[in-house]
Amino acid sequence: MIPLTYMMSLSAIIFAIGVAGVIIRRNILVMYMSIELMLNAVNLAFVAIGSRLGSMDGQVIVFFVMTVAAAESAVGLGIIISSFRNRDTVHADDLTLMRW
Amino acid sequence: MTVQFPALALILLFPLIGVVFNMFFGSRSGRGAVNLVGPGVMFAAFAVATWAFLTLLKLPPGGSLVAPLWGWIEGGPFHVEFGLRVDALSGVMVMIVTGVGSLIFLYSVGYMAEDEDFARFFTYMNLFALSMLILILADNLLMMFVGWEGVGLCSYLLIAFWYTDPQFAYNGRKAFVVNRIGDAGFLLAIFTTAATLGSHGVWTLNFVELHNNAALLGGAAATAICVLLFIGATGKSAQIPLYVWLPDAMVGPTPVSALIHAATMVTAGVYMIARLGFLFTMAPSALDLVAAIGAITATFAATIAIVQPDIKKVLAYSTISQLGYMFLGVGTGAFASGIFHVMTHAFFKGLLFLCAGSVMHALGGEQDMNKMGGLRRKLPITFATMFIATLAIAAIPPFSGYFSKDLILEAAYESGHTWLWLLGVITAGLTSFYMFRLIFMTFFGDSRVDSEKEHHIHESPPVMAIPLIVLAILATVGGWVNLPDGWLWGNAFVRFLTPAVGTFKPIVEANLTSTSMPLVASLIGIVLAYVLYIRLPGLPFLLAWRLKAPYDLLLNKYYIDQIYNVVVTRPLFWVSYYVLDRAVDSYMIDGAAEGAGLAVLTSGQVARRAETGNVQHYAFVYLLGALGIVAYYLFLVTGR
Repeated sequence: MIPLTYMMSLSAIIFAIGVAGVIIRRNILVMYMSIELMLNAVNLAFVAIGSRLGSMDGQVIVFFVMTVAAAESAVGLGIIISSFRNRDTVHADDLTLMRW
Repeated sequence: MTVQFPALALILLFPLIGVVFNMFFGSRSGRGAVNLVGPGVMFAAFAVATWAFLTLLKLPPGGSLVAPLWGWIEGGPFHVEFGLRVDALSGVMVMIVTGVGSLIFLYSVGYMAEDEDFARFFTYMNLFALSMLILILADNLLMMFVGWEGVGLCSYLLIAFWYTDPQFAYNGRKAFVVNRIGDAGFLLAIFTTAATLGSHGVWTLNFVELHNNAALLGGAAATAICVLLFIGATGKSAQIPLYVWLPDAMVGPTPVSALIHAATMVTAGVYMIARLGFLFTMAPSALDLVAAIGAITATFAATIAIVQPDIKKVLAYSTISQLGYMFLGVGTGAFASGIFHVMTHAFFKGLLFLCAGSVMHALGGEQDMNKMGGLRRKLPITFATMFIATLAIAAIPPFSGYFSKDLILEAAYESGHTWLWLLGVITAGLTSFYMFRLIFMTFFGDSRVDSEKEHHIHESPPVMAIPLIVLAILATVGGWVNLPDGWLWGNAFVRFLTPAVGTFKPIVEANLTSTSMPLVASLIGIVLAYVLYIRLPGLPFLLAWRLKAPYDLLLNKYYIDQIYNVVVTRPLFWVSYYVLDRAVDSYMIDGAAEGAGLAVLTSGQVARRAETGNVQHYAFVYLLGALGIVAYYLFLVTGR
C-alpha cells in the first residue's frame, strides 16, 4: 500500500507546478492548463484522504470538481477564442486593458 | 387682572395679509388694489387695536389683555410661548404704531404715486408694521427680539429702496451693520438673563414671570443685563455711539423716514427699556448711564442740527435729539414720561417728515433749504401743519411737545440729575432754534427755488394733505391727555401707565425756576432764529465766516463719520481684506481644501501604478496572500 505521505507529496508537487505555470507562463492557454493541473492535484488529495479514511466523501467531491472543471473549461476556452479573434493574441502581457 | 382677548392676533394677521398679498399678487393686480390693501390692512389693525385699547381702559389699573397663541420653543425646562399681551404700555404703543402708521400709509399712496415699484414698497411697509407689532405685543424677550430683528431688516430694505444708487445701497448696509452691533448686545442680554435665572431653576423669558422672579437676578447680573440691553437700544434708537446710521437713513422714501426713522421703529429702544423698567430699577448705575447718554445725545445731535442745510438731515438729527430726551426720561426712572414723549414725538415728528416730504414733492425732490424759501403762500396746508408741528417740537404750550418734554425735564430735575436737566434745557433752546430756522428758511423770505422748478410748485393732493391735517390736530391736542396736576383730568396718562411701568422717587422739589426754564430757553431759541433768518438774513453767513472753525465742525457733524471711518471701518476692512480674505480664506481655508484634494490626487498617482492590468501580477499577489494566511495558521495559531 502506497503511504499517504507519498500521495500528498505528489499532490503538493503537482499543485506547485500548476501555480508556477499560472504565474510564470505568458500564454493564456498554458496558464489555463496549469489551472486544470492545480484542480487535479486537489482531486488527487481528496481521493487519497478519502480512501485512507474509508469515506466516500472525497470521491463525491472529486466528481463535483470535475463537473465544475468541465463547465469552466467550456466557458474559459470560449473566452480565450473570442479574445484571440478580437486581439490576435493569447499572450497575457498584451491583455492589460484594465490598467491605470 | 388678566383677561383673555384672542382678537389680539388679528392685529398681527392684518399686516400679514398685506405682506402676502402685496408680495405675491401686488404687481399683478395693479396700483389700485395695492393702494387699497396696503393702507387698508393698517386701518383694520388700528380698528382692532382701538377695540383692545378700549377694553383695556375698562379694566382696573394694572390690568392686561393676553392671547397665548402657541408653544414656540420647548427645550426641557426652558419653554417660550408665542403669546401676545397688551397692558397700558404696549396698548399705548400699539395705538401709536397702528394709528400714526395708518396715516403715513395713506400719505404714501400719494407720495409713491409716481413710483413703479409700489408693490415692493407696500410689501416692505406692511412687513415693517407686522414686525413692529410683534415687537410691541410680544409677551417675552425672545419674541420681542424677533420683532426687533424684523424691523431692522425692513429698515434696511426701505433705506435701500432705491437700490440702483450705490450710495443709497451703502447707507442701507450701514444702517443694518450698525444695528447688528446693538442687536448683539440685546442677544447677549437675553442669554445672560436665561442663564442667570436658569441657574436658580427658573427657565423663562416671559415678561410677567421675569418681573415676578426679578429678585433672583442679583445686582451685578441685573446691571450687566441692563447695560447690554441699553447697547441694543443705542443701536435701534440711534444714541451715542451708534447713532451714525440714522442721518444716512434719510435717503429712503420720506414716508419711510416718517414712519420708521422717526415715529415708530427708533422708539423701540425706549419701549424696551420701559418694558423692562423693573430690571433697570434694580440697576441704578445702568439707569444713570441711560439718562446720561440720553441727555448728551440730545444736546450733541441738536448742535449738529442747527447748521445742516438739508431739510431731512435737520429732522434726522432732531429725531436723534428727541430720542435722547426719551432716554433721559426713562433713565431717570420716569418711564411713563418717556413713553409720553414717544407718543407726542410720533405725532409731531411724523408730521414734520410728512411735511418735508410734501415740500420735496412740490419742489421735485429738492432737499437743500438754501434752494427753498417763500413757500408759505404756495403750500398753505403744508406750511400751516408744519408750523404747528414746529410749535409742538419747540415745546410751546399748549402744543403736545410742551407737556411731554416738560414732564421729562421735571423728572430729571426732581430725581437730582441737575446737570442732565441743564443739558435738557439747553437742548430745548437749540431745538426751537433749528426748527424755526428750518421754517424760516423754507417758508419765509424770498424764494431761492431754481427757476425751472418754480412754476411746478403745487400743493400736495388730498390723500397726502389729509394725514397732515389729522396729524396736526394730534400734534396740537395729543399732549392734553396729561395736564399738570390739578388741571381738569390732571396727569391721566402717567396715572394710566405707572401701574405697568413703575416710577421714580423724587428727591428734589421742583420750583418755579426749574419748571419755567425750558420754556424760556425755547422762546430764546425762537427769537434768535427770527433775528438771524428773518430780520438780518445776512448775519448767518457772516457768523459762519467769522466762526469758521466751529461752524465747519458742526457742519461736518463733529467729523464723527470720518473718525469712525479711520478708527473702526478702515481697520475692519483692512483686517477683512488682508487677514481674513487674503490670508485666512485664500491660504488657510482654500489651502486646506485644495491641499486635501491635491494629497489624494498625488497619492493616487503613485498608488495606481500597482494596477498593471496584468492578471498574472494579481495572481501572484493573491498567492502571496494565500501563503501568508496559511503561514499565519501554521506558525501562530497552531503554535508549531
